[in-house]
Amino acid sequence: MSKETPPIFAKKQLLIDALFRHTTRFFAFLVFALLAGIILSLIIGSMPSIKAYGLHFIVDDTWNPVTEKFGALTPIIGTLVTSFIALLIGVPISFGIALFLTELSPRWLRRPLGIAIELLAGIPSIIYGMWGLFVFAPAFAEHVQPWLKDHLSELPFVGILVQGPPMGIGMLTAGLILAIMVIPFIASVMRDVFQIVPALLKESAYGLGATTWEVVWHIVLPYTKIGVVGGIMLGLGRALGETMAVTFVIGNAHNLTASLFMPGNSIASSLANEFTEADGELYTSALIELGLLLFAITFIVLSLSKILLQQLRKNEGRES
Amino acid sequence: MNQTNSVPNKIQVKNLNFYYGNFHGLKNINLDLKEKKVTAFIGPSGCGKSTLLRTFNRMYDLYPGQRAEGEIVMAGKNILDRSQDVNMLRAKIGMVFQKPTPFPMSIHDNVAFGVKLYERLSRGEMADRVEWALRKAALWDEVKDKLNQSGTSLSGGQQQRLCIARGIAVKPEVLLLDEPTSALDPISTARIEELIFELKEDFTILIVTHNMQQAARVSDYTAYMYLGELIEFGDTDTIFTTPKQKATEDYITGKFG
Amino acid sequence: MLSIYRRRQFVNYLNLTGSMLTMAFGLFWLIWILSTLFVKGFDSLDLDLFRKMTPPPGSDGGLLNAIFGSALMSVLATLIGTPVGILAGTYLAEFGHRGWLAPTTRFINDILLSAPSIVIGLFIYEMYVTKVGHFSGWGGTFALALLVIPVVVRTTEDMLRLVPNSLREAAAALGAPQWKVIMQITWRASKAGMMTGVLLAVARISGETAPLLFTALNNQFWSSDMNAPMANLPVVIFQFAMSPFEDWQNLAWAGALLITIGVLGLNIIARSMFKQSQISQ
Repeated sequence: MSKETPPIFAKKQLLIDALFRHTTRFFAFLVFALLAGIILSLIIGSMPSIKAYGLHFIVDDTWNPVTEKFGALTPIIGTLVTSFIALLIGVPISFGIALFLTELSPRWLRRPLGIAIELLAGIPSIIYGMWGLFVFAPAFAEHVQPWLKDHLSELPFVGILVQGPPMGIGMLTAGLILAIMVIPFIASVMRDVFQIVPALLKESAYGLGATTWEVVWHIVLPYTKIGVVGGIMLGLGRALGETMAVTFVIGNAHNLTASLFMPGNSIASSLANEFTEADGELYTSALIELGLLLFAITFIVLSLSKILLQQLRKNEGRES
Repeated sequence: MNQTNSVPNKIQVKNLNFYYGNFHGLKNINLDLKEKKVTAFIGPSGCGKSTLLRTFNRMYDLYPGQRAEGEIVMAGKNILDRSQDVNMLRAKIGMVFQKPTPFPMSIHDNVAFGVKLYERLSRGEMADRVEWALRKAALWDEVKDKLNQSGTSLSGGQQQRLCIARGIAVKPEVLLLDEPTSALDPISTARIEELIFELKEDFTILIVTHNMQQAARVSDYTAYMYLGELIEFGDTDTIFTTPKQKATEDYITGKFG
Repeated sequence: MLSIYRRRQFVNYLNLTGSMLTMAFGLFWLIWILSTLFVKGFDSLDLDLFRKMTPPPGSDGGLLNAIFGSALMSVLATLIGTPVGILAGTYLAEFGHRGWLAPTTRFINDILLSAPSIVIGLFIYEMYVTKVGHFSGWGGTFALALLVIPVVVRTTEDMLRLVPNSLREAAAALGAPQWKVIMQITWRASKAGMMTGVLLAVARISGETAPLLFTALNNQFWSSDMNAPMANLPVVIFQFAMSPFEDWQNLAWAGALLITIGVLGLNIIARSMFKQSQISQ
């Protein structure tokens, strides 16, 4: 925009200009203040719990409302494990989808397929939860879990992950549903960053006789790696904070086991299940502290994502 | 045209037509390209000279809706034939583009990239090959101490010579240059032109340029194209001094363009 | 040379086939989820849904109070969130060239865009619900408004940046003051894009459940009192689906179908509107 002051024909206009500018500035500040407000209110809300348990809160796995003993280890681990499973499955699938949409798909199919994948992101999370509980979990328990037990339970290290009865619900199911939910986010970021690779660069590699896969693996991916990581972080941020889908299928049990077949808990699902029923200041406060932890973790992950994606755009600007 | 017949043909283009969807981009092109000579393609923008260049390595295959009909014969084989493997073809025909396109990797890896695709070389052999290519591209002295730095850290002219090194490292038979100096300053341009002169000892070179002086300086043969048609083709001296067609003369003397 | 090439080709085909399979994998879930939803939802879809209140277990009923509550809170939240978002977005695009506020706000807004919505619920609970002492429709509305804001801020800024500077300069050269340039030229030029943002925001809040759990909660009866707990579709679906009663679960499926059709419909309308605005430019 031109930095020159536009011709002024009345003092009144100048005044309105200033008023307008300050109004918009105020609302921009409001958005900024919102974040501060969220952090502050969560800290104040969790003060009783912070005072009562201190740092011990995050390494303790007891959660007993009756004796008012609270530790966040189980939901923290549940949150991290389910999100990890989600990325483990979601990232390669998203990469494949982005590759298909940018390099393989016939042109006329790209838009409809892209929209279809984005619709997957538009489905409300509660729908994923219901579907997961009523449709996916029973099918999973009947067809997939027994097979996994048969083939994996004898193996060292892996075997312990598949102990317990095949109930359908549990940590693994939650992780799988999360994977489906983060795929559209990661895939669309990957597709967008793949598209910024200059056609000339790809043609140069094709010009040397490289196959499509080699062009993607050796040229496109290194060129966009910062953006790809940013997209994965975005997906991770979504997975960590996802509430409803996880609440339906994770089983909601405060116990810490190595088996992914067993019911577990995540921060968000604990909040959804217990918050309205929590009685007593300490119980409520402990839950709010869980919320604070969740916010802190996602804040860090999303900030990293944002910084990485900005970095990519900056590099892009410098080279062109 | 007589003296041109003494040099063996490298590529023969027969009745080549090219379509972008419904648009007829190249119209019935017939052309013999000589081995180890530089052939320049000139003409106003949109005349099809880049399109023609991109048929030689079938770069248009990447884009649906673009297709070529006719024949381009190299070593007795029609490269437009469906049975022609495009990757093998592209390994034999190198290409350098309007803008430098260093890959996002080190200088060494940029040059080694194409070689690794087709040959299994030991570290030492690869280092020799990289040095050979960089020397051929007149870049070795400038980069020999920083082969592990990113290719993007070089200046524009150096980047373009890196791309040329990358193109010749695979030892192609033909080198396609698509306005290779259009994004470069005059000094870098002069270096690239010298380089083209040296490279024709080993390679058959086809160059598209919008700069007529450049065509006159570097090429042995010149083809003038207009609206998808080949108007005139002959050795460069003849084209630039006594063109047979009025249209060619008008373009070269700047009456039109 | 040939053996290397054959292996490369094999790797290429293998991976490209894999890529196609992942695409099929993604579509597979979409189709599975949507088909389940339509089959189960249609079974319980009838006019009673829109005529009757949520029932106690074992008796007939509909979702009227929940549909009304959701609609009311979404509309109010959009009315509150949209002007805030547009003005803040305008600041970022038009005035945010220097100073710390614009880049910081932009950064924070992008984080709020993806922040867990349940935390927004906790925030409103702390700030509003505990202060007034009970769950209420306003609480739900505020929580949803906080989800509208970042979406609108982001799209407003993006759309305003698409307006070419020459347009602003042309208006300024005629002597228009900046507020007129913005309100009458740039806003108008990007109207369709900004509307898209609002629609996307509405789509987002229509399906949100987590922030309503601690704010509006639920209400078994008809209520238009914004100061009392208010029924809403997502929380009703959650409670009914988690219940052991089959007729409640059926109602939950019907509600789920309604929400999904609404949300996906809004998404598609927003998309086609945005595409149209781009074509007309």
